[in-house]
Amino acid sequence: MSTTAAAASPVTYLNEKTTVASWLLTKDHKRIGLMYMLTVTLAFVVGAVFAGLIRLELATPAGDLLSSDTYNRVFTAHGVAMVFFVLIPVVPAVLGNFVLPLMLGAKDVAFPKLNLLSWYVFILGMTVTFSAIVMGGVDTGWTFYPPFSTEGSDSNVMLAGVGIFITGFSSILTGLNFMVTIHRMRAPGLTWFRLPLFVWALYATSLIQVLGTPVVAITVLMVALERFAHLGFFDPRLGGDPVLFQHLFWFYSHPAVYIMILPPMGAISEVIACFSRKNIFGYSFVAFSSMAIAVFGFLVWAHHIFVAGISPYSAMVFSFLTYAVAVPSAVKTFNWTATLYRGAIWMRAPMIWVFGFLGLFLVGGLTGLFTASLGIDIHIHDTYFVVAHFHYIMVGGAIMGYFAGLHFWWPKMTGRMYNDTAAKTSAVLVFVGFNLTFFPQFILGYLGMPRRYHMYPPEFQVLNVMSTGGAAILAVGYLLPMIYLTYSFFKGEQAGSNPWMATGLEWTTQSPPLPHNFADQPVVTEGAYEYSKREMKVA
Amino acid sequence: MAGHISPKSTYYAIFGALMVLTAVTVGVAFINLGALNFPVAMAVAVTKATLVILFFMHVKYSSKLTKFIVLMAFFFLFILFGMTLTDYLSRGWYASPRGSVGAGTQVEAEHPVRQQPAATAEQAH
Ligand SMILES: [Cu+2]
Repeated sequence: MSTTAAAASPVTYLNEKTTVASWLLTKDHKRIGLMYMLTVTLAFVVGAVFAGLIRLELATPAGDLLSSDTYNRVFTAHGVAMVFFVLIPVVPAVLGNFVLPLMLGAKDVAFPKLNLLSWYVFILGMTVTFSAIVMGGVDTGWTFYPPFSTEGSDSNVMLAGVGIFITGFSSILTGLNFMVTIHRMRAPGLTWFRLPLFVWALYATSLIQVLGTPVVAITVLMVALERFAHLGFFDPRLGGDPVLFQHLFWFYSHPAVYIMILPPMGAISEVIACFSRKNIFGYSFVAFSSMAIAVFGFLVWAHHIFVAGISPYSAMVFSFLTYAVAVPSAVKTFNWTATLYRGAIWMRAPMIWVFGFLGLFLVGGLTGLFTASLGIDIHIHDTYFVVAHFHYIMVGGAIMGYFAGLHFWWPKMTGRMYNDTAAKTSAVLVFVGFNLTFFPQFILGYLGMPRRYHMYPPEFQVLNVMSTGGAAILAVGYLLPMIYLTYSFFKGEQAGSNPWMATGLEWTTQSPPLPHNFADQPVVTEGAYEYSKREMKVA
Repeated sequence: MAGHISPKSTYYAIFGALMVLTAVTVGVAFINLGALNFPVAMAVAVTKATLVILFFMHVKYSSKLTKFIVLMAFFFLFILFGMTLTDYLSRGWYASPRGSVGAGTQVEAEHPVRQQPAATAEQAH
């Protein structure tokens, strides 16, 4: 096993064919995963540049760098790029595409052509949306609230809306594909309760993608119909209700947060079990908590609109349910911590990203409870407190989790190792930079600084400068992986098939895997995390 | 791909039923049924959708798993409507404190918030 790859370079999915056409027409889930990785990274860079502009503007109290109108367009571009083109696809479409069939012992996903189509739909949606940004931008914020989006704004609302509508179908196709794959493509012996927790997380995510995304697509379409045909869904003068848009929008967009966070949570479970050399504590609870989050995540959306004029009764119901949905997230966090307890913790780079995730997700999750309580929400609604809260979840949680998973599976994806010290440094920089950027924003929000303004009273400057400084550190933390991972891809030392001595079918094939994953059909005879049965042989 | 092949006559029958029901939808639109306008229109639409799902989409002949997934979709639709209605049906249950005009209170003419958008919209035009 340890000497796997014979010296004469073996056939892998990377070197089997190398023409451009062989990539653009590939049906290989692994190649599609890598193509998604490049695309998402591009969107991340775009979103990060806009984030940089925001932080530069906010370094001084005066609105001196960008005009008010430009600032509106900049934060909208940041939100749209990051939410729809980075956070939603980053783990399912990149890591999920790559490892799901490998974890199931399958040759590919259930519908390989559909998988490729989803990437092309994604590219089309991204092109349309980004062209709206290039051609002058959108000034509504990523939430597109009417009446501003339907009659106030004269920016490219419709073009961006159409782009997001198209992109939604890419998400639906991926979700559908994964659901069918998990139902139909499992290796012999791979029962539901032997599935890796990453697979459970992807299944729960797919459910949300398939059931939630059509609603936001229709909602965007309703904005279009109201803008052009004055159909009066949201305009009170035509018999509509602007709050209806917010209900429909958040019916998808709250669960969308779970599309962003559930797959990273799944990756965290894999990494924590491997680097603690232990079975995950309470496997079935962690598995079911993913499903619980997927279902109950659909029952909490109105916590975004407590102050928008919904009825007090409705607000109480949604507040209560929001508290309830914190329970499965807490179950996961406690179970991860319990997994660490008396484990043989192995401090390699993926594990450092996991520790970062745990800390940031904890803060993000608990501050969610602040915003879920009706009284406090009135004070902090639309302030920087909320901005800090959701960045802790979506960047601190989802992106940290993505990096944990990426560093874990990188040797499998490329067959090469990266510099462990560089990777740890990057994780520490991101953790420090992130906290410096966003913790001051909790205080700013509590003190009353509203979001989406480019000017603020001078007494808020110290905290804002801290935040901008933190963003600079964060940028370095994110640039580093691009450098050492690129280096690793071409020059890194050979990883062998299983450098972490991990359980899981994906580690039983060579790295990088064969074009069709496995030489022989794998058969599963035990649970996903039987680390106690493995000997730790550090090569 | 799917195992079951329905006879053509089934498809024609369903198509005929859908056409008849479409005629009913259009016809009913000309008759004022008062409070029943909406329920009747919805009932016809739901019947049509059910026919399409069961026969054209082959759900009637599909596995239990497929049926379960279809039901799941309706369950989530129920959540969407049901939970949204917790807001709309309960507006005005509670009076807002200190005579302010807040959630759900039905003040038409002197509603300061409602009048403002109309005024600003006129300025804009
Ligand atoms: Cu939410």
